[in-house]
Amino acid sequence: MAAMPPALSPEQVIARFDDVIRLPADALVAAAPELGEELLLLGESVLESWLVAHNRQPTEARVEGFRLLGLHRRAAKGDPSFNACRETCRELVYYRNLVQAGPGHPDVAQRLRLEAMVARHLALFVSSKLEVAGFGEFCCSSRPLHAQDASSAESD
Amino acid sequence: MSDKYRRVAYYPGCALEGTGHAYNRSTKEVGKSLGLDLVELRNWNCCGAMEVKNVDPKLQTYLSARNLAIAEDMGFDTVMAPCNGCYHNLKKAEYELGHDAKAREVVARISTKAGHSAYQAGHVTTIHALDWIKEAIGEEGLKARVRNSLKGLKVANYYGCMYTRPRHIFPEKDQGPGSESSSKPHFMDDLLAAAGAECVEYPLKTACCGGAHTLSDSDTSTKLVLNLLTTAEACGADVIATECPTCHSGLEMHQVRAEKVFGHATKVKILYFTQLLGMALGLSARRVGVPENLSNASDLLRARGLG
Repeated sequence: MAAMPPALSPEQVIARFDDVIRLPADALVAAAPELGEELLLLGESVLESWLVAHNRQPTEARVEGFRLLGLHRRAAKGDPSFNACRETCRELVYYRNLVQAGPGHPDVAQRLRLEAMVARHLALFVSSKLEVAGFGEFCCSSRPLHAQDASSAESD
Repeated sequence: MSDKYRRVAYYPGCALEGTGHAYNRSTKEVGKSLGLDLVELRNWNCCGAMEVKNVDPKLQTYLSARNLAIAEDMGFDTVMAPCNGCYHNLKKAEYELGHDAKAREVVARISTKAGHSAYQAGHVTTIHALDWIKEAIGEEGLKARVRNSLKGLKVANYYGCMYTRPRHIFPEKDQGPGSESSSKPHFMDDLLAAAGAECVEYPLKTACCGGAHTLSDSDTSTKLVLNLLTTAEACGADVIATECPTCHSGLEMHQVRAEKVFGHATKVKILYFTQLLGMALGLSARRVGVPENLSNASDLLRARGLG
């Protein structure tokens, strides 16, 4: 079954991250939990774009309770992949959790901005990789790593 | 503290003789100031960098293995490589020679042809400059030697991608307390904090800088670097500390390019961690190569009484 195309392109997602980063602190505070969740979902949509572009089904599976990490695990398998974004995805989840755990925390606006900046890095990397598949393949040596996993690319 | 790292083989690699010259200079100066002895490998060669790995990964393994063989011939069991790319490639060669019969066969064949003995896995340990100072001196040892504290200097520590990836070639990392973490590395944070710096929480410390694509796709590299810079500024950093010449050059060049091409200026300064440590140890900015950097940090350093 073919997957539905994601609602927003990576470029549109990046523009949304830029908008969030530019929001004044009081607007960020007022919408903290919702924005934190939206940024995480937009991060998921970036990974969905990657999988759909490679004729692979975006998984609903969760890793450590997060679909973003499940999508990354699936996308990091096969060739090409973006194993290099593992830590970026985990940081995105971390900031989302901080925002959810403390929507009234004095640093919540800062945390939301950092969440958006981390998510923007993920989107920048993936959108670049959609254009140039080899992006990041040899500097952090993800290719030899995921080549070993190629046989189980769709197993999760 | 470990006495075994007081005298180690030194593999500067190509970048430290070119664009990363300030890293070479500051690493040697810091070593001298700390009483550590670096003995440069004789007739070392390129580690294979990214280019050879792209074309023939086994040839890259040989090139790195030859450097390890030289270290062994010189009587060393430890080689220190400050460049992330060199460090990564030597570690990768070590791993492959221990796990891949084909790699051993290729290295043996080329080594015979080149007229030297083939390196066998397990004889030489590759360490990074961070491991070197952390193990040989440690935070407490560093604190005791600081003459010009980095107090008040807010630093975002940027480790880049090759210091921790892929995890399986760094078996000594993620071994619990005292070891380095591959997901949230902290050795540079630890050392600079010991020198008095205030290390900010920086969520992109291992994120991609687009370094390998800086010539083929400059706009992408600039956008990635700009995000690294603006995020560091959002974290309150005055300085991004680096530990890789490729990352360092990329951050500096794309900081300039981001302003020219995208009209987005950033103020955060970029310094090698060895330059910051050197100044904390009382060395002048010139001595640790700060004037060689593209990123002009002189006003900031003067204001902080450094250099």
